[in-house]
Amino acid sequence: MTTRLLAQKIVVAALGLALFVSAGISFHRSRNLAEPVVLGPGVTSVKKLGEYFAAIRGTVNDCNLYFMEGREPGGTMLVLGGSHAEEPAGRLAAWLFVENGTVEKGRVIVALSANRSASTMTRLGGAYPPDFTIDTPSGPRMFRMGDRWTNPLDQWPDPEVFIHYPSGQELAYVDIRNLNRTWPGRPNGTFTEKTAFAFMEMIRREKVDVAIDLHEAELQYPVISTIVTHQRGQELATMVSMMLTDNEDFKIGTEFSPLTLHGLSHREIGDHSPAISLLFEAPEPFLDATRGITSREQLLTGKDEFVVKAGRHGLLFEEIDEKGWPIAVRVGRHTSSILQVAETWSEDNPAKPLAISGVPRYAEVIEKGVGAFLQDVTKAGKDRLAYE
Amino acid sequence: MVTLFYYALVAFVSLLLVVNLVRSRSWERDVLYVIVLVPFLLRLLRLK
Ligand SMILES: [Zn+2]
Repeated sequence: MTTRLLAQKIVVAALGLALFVSAGISFHRSRNLAEPVVLGPGVTSVKKLGEYFAAIRGTVNDCNLYFMEGREPGGTMLVLGGSHAEEPAGRLAAWLFVENGTVEKGRVIVALSANRSASTMTRLGGAYPPDFTIDTPSGPRMFRMGDRWTNPLDQWPDPEVFIHYPSGQELAYVDIRNLNRTWPGRPNGTFTEKTAFAFMEMIRREKVDVAIDLHEAELQYPVISTIVTHQRGQELATMVSMMLTDNEDFKIGTEFSPLTLHGLSHREIGDHSPAISLLFEAPEPFLDATRGITSREQLLTGKDEFVVKAGRHGLLFEEIDEKGWPIAVRVGRHTSSILQVAETWSEDNPAKPLAISGVPRYAEVIEKGVGAFLQDVTKAGKDRLAYE
Repeated sequence: MVTLFYYALVAFVSLLLVVNLVRSRSWERDVLYVIVLVPFLLRLLRLK
Protein backbone atom coordinates (compact mmCIF):
# COMPACT_ATOMS: atom_id res chain seq x y z
CA MET A 1 0.00 0.00 0.00
CA THR A 2 1.41 3.37 -1.00
CA THR A 3 1.64 6.18 1.54
CA ARG A 4 -0.89 8.14 -0.49
CA LEU A 5 -3.38 5.25 -0.44
CA LEU A 6 -2.87 4.78 3.29
CA ALA A 7 -3.40 8.50 3.95
CA GLN A 8 -6.55 8.42 1.84
CA LYS A 9 -7.91 5.46 3.81
CA ILE A 10 -7.12 7.10 7.13
CA VAL A 11 -8.95 10.28 6.08
CA VAL A 12 -12.02 8.37 4.85
CA ALA A 13 -12.05 6.14 7.95
CA ALA A 14 -11.76 9.21 10.20
CA LEU A 15 -14.74 10.82 8.45
CA GLY A 16 -16.69 7.57 8.86
CA LEU A 17 -15.71 7.41 12.51
CA ALA A 18 -16.91 11.00 13.05
CA LEU A 19 -20.22 10.07 11.40
CA PHE A 20 -20.52 6.95 13.55
CA VAL A 21 -19.63 8.75 16.79
CA SER A 22 -21.99 11.70 16.23
CA ALA A 23 -24.88 9.40 15.24
CA GLY A 24 -24.07 7.03 18.10
CA ILE A 25 -24.05 9.84 20.66
CA SER A 26 -27.38 11.16 19.36
CA PHE A 27 -29.05 7.73 19.44
CA HIS A 28 -27.58 6.88 22.86
CA ARG A 29 -28.69 10.21 24.26
CA SER A 30 -32.22 9.93 22.97
CA ARG A 31 -32.52 6.39 24.33
CA ASN A 32 -31.26 7.47 27.76
CA LEU A 33 -32.52 11.02 28.15
CA ALA A 34 -34.03 11.25 31.63
CA GLU A 35 -37.23 13.28 31.75
CA PRO A 36 -37.84 14.77 35.20
CA VAL A 37 -41.28 14.58 36.77
CA VAL A 38 -42.07 16.87 39.69
CA LEU A 39 -44.49 14.99 41.92
CA GLY A 40 -47.43 17.31 42.42
CA PRO A 41 -49.43 17.71 45.62
CA GLY A 42 -51.77 14.86 44.64
CA VAL A 43 -49.17 12.12 44.12
CA THR A 44 -49.27 9.82 47.14
CA SER A 45 -46.95 7.08 45.86
CA VAL A 46 -44.97 6.03 42.80
CA LYS A 47 -45.11 2.34 41.94
CA LYS A 48 -43.62 0.31 39.13
CA LEU A 49 -45.47 -1.65 36.47
CA GLY A 50 -43.21 -4.62 37.24
CA GLU A 51 -44.87 -4.93 40.66
CA TYR A 52 -47.87 -6.41 38.84
CA PHE A 53 -45.99 -8.80 36.58
CA ALA A 54 -42.49 -9.98 37.41
CA ALA A 55 -41.37 -10.45 33.78
CA ILE A 56 -41.50 -6.68 33.27
CA ARG A 57 -39.54 -5.87 36.44
CA GLY A 58 -36.23 -4.14 35.72
CA THR A 59 -36.85 -3.97 31.96
CA VAL A 60 -37.05 -0.81 29.86
CA ASN A 61 -40.87 -1.04 30.12
CA ASP A 62 -40.92 -1.14 33.92
CA CYS A 63 -42.53 2.29 33.86
CA ASN A 64 -43.56 4.49 36.77
CA LEU A 65 -47.16 4.45 37.93
CA TYR A 66 -48.17 7.63 39.74
CA PHE A 67 -50.83 6.96 42.36
CA MET A 68 -52.99 9.91 43.37
CA GLU A 69 -55.04 8.75 46.31
CA GLY A 70 -58.00 10.93 47.28
CA ARG A 71 -58.79 12.08 50.80
CA GLU A 72 -62.16 10.40 50.45
CA PRO A 73 -62.80 7.00 48.83
CA GLY A 74 -64.41 6.68 45.43
CA GLY A 75 -63.81 5.25 41.98
CA THR A 76 -60.46 4.52 40.35
CA MET A 77 -59.41 6.07 37.05
CA LEU A 78 -56.36 5.05 35.01
CA VAL A 79 -54.77 7.53 32.60
CA LEU A 80 -52.34 6.09 30.06
CA GLY A 81 -49.91 8.48 28.37
CA GLY A 82 -47.31 7.20 25.94
CA SER A 83 -49.05 4.10 24.58
CA HIS A 84 -47.79 5.63 21.37
CA ALA A 85 -44.73 7.65 22.31
CA GLU A 86 -44.78 9.64 19.06
CA GLU A 87 -47.97 11.34 20.23
CA PRO A 88 -46.57 13.88 22.71
CA ALA A 89 -49.85 15.60 23.65
CA GLY A 90 -51.00 12.36 25.26
CA ARG A 91 -47.89 12.16 27.40
CA LEU A 92 -47.93 15.87 28.27
CA ALA A 93 -51.60 15.87 29.29
CA ALA A 94 -50.89 13.01 31.69
CA TRP A 95 -47.83 14.96 32.90
CA LEU A 96 -50.04 17.92 33.84
CA PHE A 97 -52.15 15.62 36.03
CA VAL A 98 -49.10 14.30 37.90
CA GLU A 99 -47.48 17.72 38.41
CA ASN A 100 -50.64 19.72 39.23
CA GLY A 101 -53.51 17.49 40.22
CA THR A 102 -55.05 16.87 43.60
CA VAL A 103 -57.59 14.13 44.07
CA GLU A 104 -60.31 14.85 46.60
CA LYS A 105 -62.44 11.79 46.01
CA GLY A 106 -61.45 8.45 44.52
CA ARG A 107 -58.11 7.60 43.02
CA VAL A 108 -56.20 8.36 39.83
CA ILE A 109 -53.36 6.20 38.50
CA VAL A 110 -51.20 7.74 35.76
CA ALA A 111 -48.61 6.26 33.41
CA LEU A 112 -46.53 8.74 31.38
CA SER A 113 -44.63 6.16 29.35
CA ALA A 114 -46.95 3.18 28.93
CA ASN A 115 -44.63 1.77 26.27
CA ARG A 116 -41.34 3.17 27.56
CA SER A 117 -39.30 1.26 25.00
CA ALA A 118 -41.16 3.06 22.19
CA SER A 119 -40.14 6.38 23.70
CA THR A 120 -36.43 5.60 23.25
CA MET A 121 -36.28 5.98 19.47
CA THR A 122 -38.08 7.70 16.61
CA ARG A 123 -39.65 6.15 13.54
CA LEU A 124 -37.01 4.63 11.27
CA GLY A 125 -36.56 6.75 8.17
CA GLY A 126 -39.06 9.35 9.44
CA ALA A 127 -36.46 12.07 10.13
CA TYR A 128 -38.21 12.90 13.41
CA PRO A 129 -36.24 14.96 15.96
CA PRO A 130 -35.04 12.83 18.90
CA ASP A 131 -36.43 15.26 21.46
CA PHE A 132 -38.35 18.48 21.94
CA THR A 133 -38.35 21.24 24.52
CA ILE A 134 -41.18 22.97 26.33
CA ASP A 135 -40.36 26.39 27.77
CA THR A 136 -41.49 26.83 31.36
CA PRO A 137 -41.22 29.79 33.76
CA SER A 138 -38.33 27.95 35.44
CA GLY A 139 -36.48 27.13 32.22
CA PRO A 140 -36.66 24.64 29.36
CA ARG A 141 -37.82 21.05 29.91
CA MET A 142 -36.70 18.43 27.41
CA PHE A 143 -38.75 15.39 26.43
CA ARG A 144 -38.00 12.36 24.30
CA MET A 145 -39.81 12.18 20.99
CA GLY A 146 -40.71 8.53 20.61
CA ASP A 147 -42.14 6.07 18.15
CA ARG A 148 -45.39 4.18 17.67
CA TRP A 149 -43.65 0.85 18.14
CA THR A 150 -41.48 -0.86 20.74
CA ASN A 151 -37.79 -0.30 19.98
CA PRO A 152 -36.50 -3.23 17.86
CA LEU A 153 -33.51 -3.34 20.22
CA ASP A 154 -35.98 -4.53 22.88
CA GLN A 155 -38.12 -6.83 20.75
CA TRP A 156 -36.89 -8.64 17.67
CA PRO A 157 -37.57 -10.18 15.15
CA ASP A 158 -40.99 -9.33 13.70
CA PRO A 159 -43.04 -12.15 12.13
CA GLU A 160 -44.47 -12.17 8.58
CA VAL A 161 -47.95 -11.66 10.02
CA PHE A 162 -48.89 -10.70 13.56
CA ILE A 163 -51.57 -13.02 14.87
CA HIS A 164 -53.27 -11.26 17.75
CA TYR A 165 -53.78 -13.17 20.99
CA PRO A 166 -56.39 -14.35 21.98
CA SER A 167 -58.62 -13.41 19.00
CA GLY A 168 -56.45 -14.94 16.27
CA GLN A 169 -57.02 -11.82 14.16
CA GLU A 170 -54.31 -11.12 11.58
CA LEU A 171 -52.69 -7.71 11.90
CA ALA A 172 -49.74 -5.98 10.21
CA TYR A 173 -46.42 -7.63 11.11
CA VAL A 174 -44.99 -4.44 12.64
CA ASP A 175 -47.93 -4.11 15.04
CA ILE A 176 -46.56 -6.99 17.08
CA ARG A 177 -44.55 -4.12 18.64
CA ASN A 178 -47.54 -1.78 18.93
CA LEU A 179 -48.85 -1.64 22.51
CA ASN A 180 -52.24 -0.54 21.21
CA ARG A 181 -52.57 -3.67 19.08
CA THR A 182 -51.38 -6.21 21.65
CA TRP A 183 -53.99 -5.78 24.38
CA PRO A 184 -54.82 -7.76 26.51
CA GLY A 185 -51.39 -9.36 26.12
CA ARG A 186 -50.20 -12.66 27.59
CA PRO A 187 -47.65 -13.67 30.20
CA ASN A 188 -45.56 -15.83 27.85
CA GLY A 189 -45.83 -13.58 24.78
CA THR A 190 -43.57 -10.99 23.19
CA PHE A 191 -42.17 -8.09 25.20
CA THR A 192 -45.01 -5.80 24.08
CA GLU A 193 -47.63 -8.47 24.90
CA LYS A 194 -46.06 -8.87 28.34
CA THR A 195 -46.28 -5.10 28.84
CA ALA A 196 -49.99 -5.12 27.95
CA PHE A 197 -50.50 -8.11 30.26
CA ALA A 198 -48.78 -6.27 33.12
CA PHE A 199 -51.17 -3.34 32.65
CA MET A 200 -54.15 -5.72 32.56
CA GLU A 201 -52.96 -7.30 35.82
CA MET A 202 -52.66 -3.83 37.36
CA ILE A 203 -56.11 -2.80 36.09
CA ARG A 204 -57.68 -5.96 37.56
CA ARG A 205 -55.79 -5.83 40.86
CA GLU A 206 -56.30 -2.11 41.48
CA LYS A 207 -59.97 -2.47 40.48
CA VAL A 208 -59.82 0.30 37.88
CA ASP A 209 -63.29 1.60 36.98
CA VAL A 210 -62.39 3.78 33.99
CA ALA A 211 -59.27 3.42 31.82
CA ILE A 212 -58.37 6.30 29.50
CA ASP A 213 -55.76 5.84 26.77
CA LEU A 214 -54.42 9.15 25.37
CA HIS A 215 -53.49 9.40 21.70
CA GLU A 216 -52.99 11.73 18.78
CA ALA A 217 -53.66 11.02 15.13
CA GLU A 218 -52.60 12.35 11.74
CA LEU A 219 -55.31 14.40 10.03
CA GLN A 220 -55.49 11.87 7.23
CA TYR A 221 -56.64 9.23 9.73
CA PRO A 222 -60.42 8.86 10.02
CA VAL A 223 -60.41 8.25 13.79
CA ILE A 224 -59.60 11.76 15.03
CA SER A 225 -60.92 14.40 17.47
CA THR A 226 -63.00 11.74 19.12
CA ILE A 227 -63.55 9.46 22.07
CA VAL A 228 -63.53 5.80 21.13
CA THR A 229 -65.45 3.81 23.70
CA HIS A 230 -66.07 0.25 24.73
CA GLN A 231 -69.80 -0.61 24.63
CA ARG A 232 -70.01 -0.37 28.43
CA GLY A 233 -68.85 3.25 28.19
CA GLN A 234 -71.18 4.43 25.44
CA GLU A 235 -73.44 6.50 27.65
CA LEU A 236 -70.52 8.01 29.52
CA ALA A 237 -68.56 8.89 26.37
CA THR A 238 -71.56 10.34 24.55
CA MET A 239 -72.39 12.52 27.53
CA VAL A 240 -68.75 13.65 27.85
CA SER A 241 -68.44 14.64 24.18
CA MET A 242 -71.76 16.51 24.38
CA MET A 243 -70.67 18.40 27.49
CA LEU A 244 -67.28 19.28 26.00
CA THR A 245 -68.72 20.42 22.68
CA ASP A 246 -71.35 22.53 24.48
CA ASN A 247 -69.19 24.05 27.20
CA GLU A 248 -65.59 24.22 26.05
CA ASP A 249 -65.57 25.48 22.52
CA PHE A 250 -64.02 22.44 20.88
CA LYS A 251 -65.58 19.65 18.90
CA ILE A 252 -65.10 16.07 19.98
CA GLY A 253 -67.12 13.12 18.78
CA THR A 254 -67.87 9.65 20.05
CA GLU A 255 -67.17 6.43 18.24
CA PHE A 256 -68.01 2.95 19.36
CA SER A 257 -65.22 0.41 19.50
CA PRO A 258 -65.98 -2.24 16.85
CA LEU A 259 -66.74 -5.58 18.53
CA THR A 260 -64.52 -7.54 16.18
CA LEU A 261 -61.51 -5.21 15.94
CA HIS A 262 -58.98 -6.62 18.36
CA GLY A 263 -55.84 -5.60 20.19
CA LEU A 264 -56.87 -2.00 20.95
CA SER A 265 -57.26 -0.68 24.47
CA HIS A 266 -60.87 0.49 23.94
CA ARG A 267 -61.84 -3.09 23.06
CA GLU A 268 -59.66 -5.36 25.17
CA ILE A 269 -59.39 -3.52 28.51
CA GLY A 270 -63.19 -3.47 28.63
CA ASP A 271 -63.46 -7.10 27.52
CA HIS A 272 -60.85 -8.45 29.92
CA SER A 273 -61.52 -6.42 33.06
CA PRO A 274 -64.46 -4.74 34.77
CA ALA A 275 -63.09 -1.31 33.69
CA ILE A 276 -64.78 0.89 31.10
CA SER A 277 -62.19 1.65 28.44
CA LEU A 278 -61.99 4.90 26.51
CA LEU A 279 -59.45 6.21 24.00
CA PHE A 280 -59.04 9.90 23.11
CA GLU A 281 -57.63 11.13 19.80
CA ALA A 282 -56.32 14.68 19.26
CA PRO A 283 -55.08 16.01 15.88
CA GLU A 284 -51.31 15.88 15.28
CA PRO A 285 -50.21 17.20 11.84
CA PHE A 286 -46.68 16.12 12.76
CA LEU A 287 -47.70 12.54 11.90
CA ASP A 288 -49.21 13.32 8.51
CA ALA A 289 -47.45 11.70 5.58
CA THR A 290 -47.81 14.90 3.53
CA ARG A 291 -46.13 17.09 6.16
CA GLY A 292 -43.29 19.40 5.20
CA ILE A 293 -40.21 19.86 7.38
CA THR A 294 -40.32 17.44 10.31
CA SER A 295 -38.92 19.88 12.85
CA ARG A 296 -39.28 20.42 16.58
CA GLU A 297 -41.15 23.60 15.70
CA GLN A 298 -43.72 21.69 13.64
CA LEU A 299 -44.16 19.24 16.54
CA LEU A 300 -45.09 22.10 18.87
CA THR A 301 -46.96 24.51 16.56
CA GLY A 302 -48.75 21.93 14.45
CA LYS A 303 -48.41 24.35 11.54
CA ASP A 304 -47.78 22.86 8.13
CA GLU A 305 -48.60 24.38 4.75
CA PHE A 306 -48.49 21.00 3.02
CA VAL A 307 -51.04 19.48 5.38
CA VAL A 308 -53.18 22.59 4.86
CA LYS A 309 -52.91 21.98 1.12
CA ALA A 310 -53.96 18.35 1.58
CA GLY A 311 -57.01 19.72 3.41
CA ARG A 312 -57.91 21.92 0.44
CA HIS A 313 -57.92 18.79 -1.69
CA GLY A 314 -60.38 17.14 0.69
CA LEU A 315 -57.89 14.54 1.92
CA LEU A 316 -58.26 15.20 5.66
CA PHE A 317 -60.69 14.11 8.36
CA GLU A 318 -60.07 17.21 10.50
CA GLU A 319 -59.82 20.89 9.63
CA ILE A 320 -56.52 22.75 9.60
CA ASP A 321 -55.58 26.30 8.65
CA GLU A 322 -52.46 28.46 8.96
CA LYS A 323 -52.95 28.56 12.74
CA GLY A 324 -52.15 24.85 12.86
CA TRP A 325 -52.75 22.59 15.85
CA PRO A 326 -50.49 23.94 18.64
CA ILE A 327 -49.45 21.56 21.39
CA ALA A 328 -51.44 23.55 24.01
CA VAL A 329 -54.66 23.00 22.06
CA ARG A 330 -53.99 19.27 21.79
CA VAL A 331 -52.99 18.91 25.46
CA GLY A 332 -55.95 21.04 26.60
CA ARG A 333 -58.39 18.85 24.69
CA HIS A 334 -57.05 15.86 26.60
CA THR A 335 -57.02 17.43 30.08
CA SER A 336 -60.59 18.74 29.68
CA SER A 337 -61.78 15.40 28.33
CA ILE A 338 -60.27 13.50 31.27
CA LEU A 339 -61.74 15.95 33.80
CA GLN A 340 -65.12 15.75 32.11
CA VAL A 341 -65.05 11.94 32.27
CA ALA A 342 -64.40 12.20 36.02
CA GLU A 343 -67.32 14.61 36.45
CA THR A 344 -69.81 12.70 34.33
CA TRP A 345 -68.72 9.41 35.89
CA SER A 346 -69.32 10.83 39.37
CA GLU A 347 -72.84 11.96 38.44
CA ASP A 348 -73.65 8.48 37.15
CA ASN A 349 -71.89 6.65 39.99
CA PRO A 350 -72.43 8.67 43.19
CA ALA A 351 -71.19 5.76 45.31
CA LYS A 352 -67.83 5.82 43.49
CA PRO A 353 -67.07 9.50 42.89
CA LEU A 354 -63.96 10.95 41.26
CA ALA A 355 -63.09 14.54 42.19
CA ILE A 356 -59.90 16.07 40.78
CA SER A 357 -58.72 19.66 41.15
CA GLY A 358 -55.68 21.72 40.15
CA VAL A 359 -55.47 20.44 36.57
CA PRO A 360 -55.98 23.15 33.92
CA ARG A 361 -58.74 22.72 31.38
CA TYR A 362 -58.67 23.46 27.63
CA ALA A 363 -59.02 27.26 27.76
CA GLU A 364 -56.48 27.66 30.55
CA VAL A 365 -53.85 25.49 28.86
CA ILE A 366 -54.24 27.51 25.65
CA GLU A 367 -54.13 30.83 27.52
CA LYS A 368 -51.04 30.08 29.63
CA GLY A 369 -49.30 27.38 27.60
CA VAL A 370 -48.29 23.85 28.59
CA GLY A 371 -45.03 25.08 30.16
CA ALA A 372 -46.89 27.15 32.75
CA PHE A 373 -48.05 23.89 34.32
CA LEU A 374 -44.66 22.17 34.46
CA GLN A 375 -43.20 22.78 37.90
CA ASP A 376 -39.70 23.94 38.81
CA VAL A 377 -37.43 20.88 38.88
CA THR A 378 -34.73 22.68 40.89
CA LYS A 379 -37.15 23.54 43.68
CA ALA A 380 -38.57 20.02 44.03
CA GLY A 381 -37.19 18.00 46.91
CA LYS A 382 -35.35 14.81 45.99
CA ASP A 383 -38.23 12.71 47.28
CA ARG A 384 -40.67 14.72 45.13
CA LEU A 385 -38.83 14.07 41.88
CA ALA A 386 -39.14 11.08 39.57
CA TYR A 387 -37.69 10.32 36.15
CA GLU A 388 -39.25 8.82 33.06
CA MET B 1 -31.00 -17.88 19.72
CA VAL B 2 -31.99 -16.16 16.47
CA THR B 3 -30.83 -12.90 18.04
CA LEU B 4 -27.35 -14.33 18.72
CA PHE B 5 -27.14 -15.54 15.13
CA TYR B 6 -28.29 -12.12 13.92
CA TYR B 7 -25.61 -10.25 15.85
CA ALA B 8 -22.98 -12.76 14.69
CA LEU B 9 -24.08 -12.04 11.13
CA VAL B 10 -23.89 -8.28 11.70
CA ALA B 11 -20.37 -8.70 13.12
CA PHE B 12 -19.33 -10.88 10.18
CA VAL B 13 -20.61 -8.41 7.56
CA SER B 14 -18.91 -5.56 9.46
CA LEU B 15 -15.67 -7.52 9.26
CA LEU B 16 -16.12 -8.07 5.51
CA LEU B 17 -16.67 -4.35 5.04
CA VAL B 18 -13.49 -3.54 6.95
CA VAL B 19 -11.52 -6.08 4.88
CA ASN B 20 -12.94 -4.58 1.68
CA LEU B 21 -12.05 -1.10 2.90
CA VAL B 22 -8.44 -2.14 3.48
CA ARG B 23 -8.22 -3.90 0.10
CA SER B 24 -9.92 -1.32 -2.11
CA ARG B 25 -7.88 0.87 -4.45
CA SER B 26 -10.31 3.73 -5.18
CA TRP B 27 -11.42 6.43 -2.79
CA GLU B 28 -15.04 6.18 -4.02
CA ARG B 29 -15.09 2.56 -2.86
CA ASP B 30 -13.52 3.57 0.48
CA VAL B 31 -16.28 6.10 1.08
CA LEU B 32 -18.94 3.53 0.10
CA TYR B 33 -17.61 0.90 2.53
CA VAL B 34 -17.35 3.40 5.38
CA ILE B 35 -20.90 4.71 4.89
CA VAL B 36 -22.31 1.18 4.70
CA LEU B 37 -20.33 0.19 7.78
CA VAL B 38 -21.84 2.90 10.02
CA PRO B 39 -25.34 1.35 10.52
CA PHE B 40 -23.77 -2.07 11.02
CA LEU B 41 -21.60 -0.75 13.84
CA LEU B 42 -24.54 1.14 15.36
CA ARG B 43 -26.56 -2.06 15.48
CA LEU B 44 -23.62 -4.17 16.70
CA LEU B 45 -23.14 -1.80 19.65
CA ARG B 46 -26.93 -1.67 20.17
CA LEU B 47 -27.04 2.08 19.68
CA LYS B 48 -29.77 1.94 17.03
ZN1 LIG C 1 -51.89 6.50 18.96
